[in-house]
Amino acid sequence: MSGLSSAWSVTEPSSRQKWIAGILVIGYALITMMPLLWVFLTGFKTPPDSISYPPKVIFEPSVEGYVNLFTTRTRVTPSQLDALPPPANFAEEIVRQRDMVIAGPSKFGERFMNSVIIGFGSTFLSIVLGTMAAYAFSRFRIPFTDDLMFFILSTRMMPPIAVAIPIFLMYRQLGLSDTHLGMILLYTAVNISLAVWLLKGFIDEIPREYEEAALIDGYTRFQAFYKVVLPQAATGIASTAIFCLIFAWNEYAFAVLLTSGNAQTAPPFIPTIIGVGGLDWPAVAAGATIFLLPVMIFTILLRKHLLRGITFGAVRK
Amino acid sequence: MSEIIIKNVRKEFDDFVAVQSSSFTIEDGEFFMLLGPSGCGKTTTLRMIAGLELPTSGEILIDGQDVSRLPASQRDIAFVFQMFALYPHMNVRNNISYPLKSQGMRRRDMRAKVAEVSKILGIEDILDKPVGGLSGGDRQRVALGRAIVRDPKAFMMDEPLGALDAEFREHMAEELRSLHDRMNATTVYVTHDQLEAMQMGDKIVVMNHGVIEQFGTPQDIYDRPATTFVAEFIGSPAMNLIRFEGQLAAGDDAVSVGSHRVAVPQSSATAAGKLVLGVRPEHVQLNDASAEGLAARVVATEYLGTTQIVTLESEHGEVKARTAASIDVGVGENLRLGFDVRTLSLFDEADGKVIPSALHDQARDRAGGWAHG
Repeated sequence: MSGLSSAWSVTEPSSRQKWIAGILVIGYALITMMPLLWVFLTGFKTPPDSISYPPKVIFEPSVEGYVNLFTTRTRVTPSQLDALPPPANFAEEIVRQRDMVIAGPSKFGERFMNSVIIGFGSTFLSIVLGTMAAYAFSRFRIPFTDDLMFFILSTRMMPPIAVAIPIFLMYRQLGLSDTHLGMILLYTAVNISLAVWLLKGFIDEIPREYEEAALIDGYTRFQAFYKVVLPQAATGIASTAIFCLIFAWNEYAFAVLLTSGNAQTAPPFIPTIIGVGGLDWPAVAAGATIFLLPVMIFTILLRKHLLRGITFGAVRK
Repeated sequence: MSEIIIKNVRKEFDDFVAVQSSSFTIEDGEFFMLLGPSGCGKTTTLRMIAGLELPTSGEILIDGQDVSRLPASQRDIAFVFQMFALYPHMNVRNNISYPLKSQGMRRRDMRAKVAEVSKILGIEDILDKPVGGLSGGDRQRVALGRAIVRDPKAFMMDEPLGALDAEFREHMAEELRSLHDRMNATTVYVTHDQLEAMQMGDKIVVMNHGVIEQFGTPQDIYDRPATTFVAEFIGSPAMNLIRFEGQLAAGDDAVSVGSHRVAVPQSSATAAGKLVLGVRPEHVQLNDASAEGLAARVVATEYLGTTQIVTLESEHGEVKARTAASIDVGVGENLRLGFDVRTLSLFDEADGKVIPSALHDQARDRAGGWAHG
């Protein structure tokens, strides 16, 4: 440094640097959020607006996409339409403008619930099993610990879909095809290695003295685990849960292969909307928007933990 | 409160022997020190008494009951950890009352008990604070509070002052000792700091490499070290160990160190070969070159206020003397060394053990013998 520099702090950025950094971050955020914003806007366009050229940025919002997403419709002739009683609700009204009537609810609600059950179910199971396994690896003297940990990691070394055919056959034999349980077990199996590795790192950082203090204070090993270790590991558990949920929620390939009528999740269902009555982009966009919400809400709820989790306790004492 | 008896306790971790078969008794109400360098097995011993480690073999008796296979939660022993190990997700009050909660004590009784303990420790004003922001001293007090709140059979303390500032340690050491005197609770205290052990302990066990080197009162250990290890570990500066070849018969009261006869306490055993004469720096007298005694040359002096440490070089190695600061000694001066006959110890260099003499017989009579590994 030259002799001119005097009171500059090395670690604390200047306000100008902060401004530049802020603008860069906001600019980057806008660029990455643009497709999401477009999907969100498309969900509120009418089908003609959604495919107009040049694309419409300013448009009259409509919930037709959402109505189409949640219903199945039948085309009727104008004379049939005239013979009908006045529309009972706004959805009926929108549909009739396209010379159609609502034939019934679509499968979207059901598929969405399947996603919720399978996504959160497998996340829960991964976390429960992962936390206990990670605790055991972290605290007890287990023979071949390193080899076992490597084995657990190695299950992630090939893409899960590489074992699609054996799993397909196995599931058919076991009757797990197209069941919620089957999908929960499958996603848990994929996520558990991530969960064990991440959580072991977090639990390793919790000093053993806390549990020993609890043992001394008259608690059993298991009480010490859930009363003292779990609250300490909350950060790690929350961030691991988010990673697990994101995988299970977004998983497409196995869902296409193994589910159909009963336990189909939202990802394989959403594209099928395209085929129903022409290219209904607003309905697809509406489906994608709703599909994004749970992970977004879950992440926002846990974001404080997530941020601390990603830094991996580098600054925690 | 209770008496703790350690009987032939041994602990191995895989191939490593942390504690060799050890036996000693901690009497009811004693402030008992486990002293030794790091890795000597003192903390392992403490953890075995508390139940955080199970001994490989041997017995631990608390009030006559063999607890060596009981889990920590059933031994009713409190433990103060070096890093305090306060539960970080709880405030001070909940930390202190946590041991009571496990006993299913009623909420109201718990509050009363916590109030009582916090008054003793002077931490009433921080009860509702989170433990994260507390100073070292307050953390220490909370950790003590958590230990004393349930009136356990005994306290285990693992270098509880190790995490504190030097300045504050002194103060906390006094507080601990006075707390002990008031409660009269059996306390086992691990430290590597010989001054702390001397200052606070009623009894001290000195350990090294998993072996008990000596067991006795601070005075015994200071004045009558049982091994050369203890002689060197205790005292600052350490005991001078003057190595020489010679021989000694039972009943002798002098030994030849080189060409000089040095008077020693009457020996009760025979020894020959490589011997070590142990003498505390304060028992070395500096005499004129014309006097009798071991010849030595002054190589350094350290001024310490009322006393000074004089380092001398003799044909038997370096000798340190602690003398009054008023004595004028110059570097390079040739002197003769005299030793206070009442406090000299002779050791066999081969095994480092002391050669019993009149001096040690006194100690044996008082302490009931020292335990050897």
